[in-house]
Amino acid sequence: MSKRTTGLAIEAEGLTRSFGETRALAGMDLQVPAGTVYGLLGPNGAGKTTAVRVLATLLRPDGGRARVFGHDVVAEADKVRSRVSLTGQYASIDEDLTGIENLVLLGRLLGLRKAAARERADQLLTAFGLTEAGTRQVKKYSGGMRRRIDIAASILNTPDLLFLDEPTTGLDPRSRNQVWEIVRAVVAHGTTVLLTTQYLDEADQLAGRIAVVDHGRVIAEGTPGELKSSVGSGTVHLRLRDAAQRPDAEKVLQAALGVPVQLEADPLALTARVGGEGSDLAASEQAARALADLSRAGIVVDDFSLGQPSLDEVFLALTDHPAVPADERDEQLEAAR
Amino acid sequence: MSDTATTTGRAPSVYVPSAEALATVLAPGERPPRPSALGASLTFGWRALLKIKHVPEQLFDVTAFPIIMVLMFTYLFGGALADSPRDYLQFFLPGIMVTSVVMITMYTGVGLNTDIEKGIFDRFRTLPVWRPAALVGMIFGDVLRYVLAAVVILSVGLVLGFRPDGGLLGVAAGIGLLVVFSFAFSWVWTFFGLVLRSEKSVMGVSMMVLFPLTFLSNVFVDPSTMPGWLQAFVKLNPITHLVAAVRAAMGGSSDPTNTMWLLLWSAGFVVVFGTLTMYRYNRR
Repeated sequence: MSKRTTGLAIEAEGLTRSFGETRALAGMDLQVPAGTVYGLLGPNGAGKTTAVRVLATLLRPDGGRARVFGHDVVAEADKVRSRVSLTGQYASIDEDLTGIENLVLLGRLLGLRKAAARERADQLLTAFGLTEAGTRQVKKYSGGMRRRIDIAASILNTPDLLFLDEPTTGLDPRSRNQVWEIVRAVVAHGTTVLLTTQYLDEADQLAGRIAVVDHGRVIAEGTPGELKSSVGSGTVHLRLRDAAQRPDAEKVLQAALGVPVQLEADPLALTARVGGEGSDLAASEQAARALADLSRAGIVVDDFSLGQPSLDEVFLALTDHPAVPADERDEQLEAAR
Repeated sequence: MSDTATTTGRAPSVYVPSAEALATVLAPGERPPRPSALGASLTFGWRALLKIKHVPEQLFDVTAFPIIMVLMFTYLFGGALADSPRDYLQFFLPGIMVTSVVMITMYTGVGLNTDIEKGIFDRFRTLPVWRPAALVGMIFGDVLRYVLAAVVILSVGLVLGFRPDGGLLGVAAGIGLLVVFSFAFSWVWTFFGLVLRSEKSVMGVSMMVLFPLTFLSNVFVDPSTMPGWLQAFVKLNPITHLVAAVRAAMGGSSDPTNTMWLLLWSAGFVVVFGTLTMYRYNRR
């Protein structure tokens, strides 16, 4: 176990990869410590999937180098393959086959004998709550079950490094929680997990460290706490009863929080970041004080909320551009694959 | 199939991941030794069999299509090219068998393209197994389809009055040569399956290759009636060698020259297109 959980699982330097005109990776550096969940956070088309495909030996980089447990992903691809597993964004299992057949197939390909492969398949189905579904074709599974059989297939060989490419995109909240529990169990047993996600809260829940990815490179890196405090650990949203009071409210808030206050399109609404660097108070504390100041100033607040910064806010803070409108680029990338 | 819509039929109990159950499957066990090249290929072949079991409709093209081909051409050309359809059949059956089976080889490319589209090949390509195994296994499965198609055509032929002088052994030898060639020729389609973007384009390219290849040969008529430039192509065409060799085998004799050419062509297809395929497969 100790061998599996020390050192770096992934070291990448200056990875580049283009698809036609599109630069999917533009010099990406990564250091992923072994034995942790590492989050790659970014919008569609940021280069997360391309990075995973390069690291999982599916795609050759145009430039730069990457090593997985010390093995070069190009020159020693086979050594890398014996230690990693991938659950891709799209089903990496055969939908025409049943759950059992898929797992037995993979078990056999990993060198298990027939009986052992069957036993392993049964174990996995039990652990993932799919015993009953085992004899059904995977195309008849629900989205959550499909994800589970996919992850079950990925841990069949208890890999040292597991790639999970947007494992919860498109899942309902319950299935998402199930996947999160599974990821926690996997990493608790010494497997390193590289997780890509578009959701800050998912990275926050699972990852020990996060790299924020944009336009094919890492634009910020750190623990979830570090990232959030660089952006502000929360955002206060306010709705006033009277729009005429908004200029006053802005002044009061600015004075109380010491940060710029944003006036929303809604003439009643204001937002401000709280709990950022240089503030020795917790976000909730700051917000409470601001509320008290507002009430003292006679400003009526109808609606108030304190939330985590969204991925969009993190992005705005880090890049000055919002995270969302990369969709077109993503489609181009898809086509180029 | 009766097992549709079972997902919604029952009220499934909610799955709660249990740390203990997951712990048992996550305990790092012994890593078994990696399977041999043949073992891995056969396992992928098993996958192809499972797919046939679950999607039996895919056998339509190896059963109905050949039957239509035999019936259509026997009665279309039989009266005109020979004294009767029955006489024509003695000449024509080995040829149409070759044509049908060689045409079916393109489904290898279509199937591969679909697999890649769906993402399953991403998993296969991250497995530490002999690299060509996934493709070899896939073609193993296809070989079964080729044999099935050949047997279907032979049966229809026998019903219509095809009487091979070579007997069971000769017919088996003929089908054997056909299968060897088709296995080799399938590598052309694995290459196109990897290079082309969609299933449709694979189909399109395969038609452009297969129609001239099968029609500009000795399948339907004796090449001596063709203009010289066409004869030159026909003589070079591997299908011509294959048909001549299969005809000889089924007719109870042998044709060493054409058999040799056909085996050389087969080796060539495996070496050239097998290499190109693996190059593309590794570099995607």
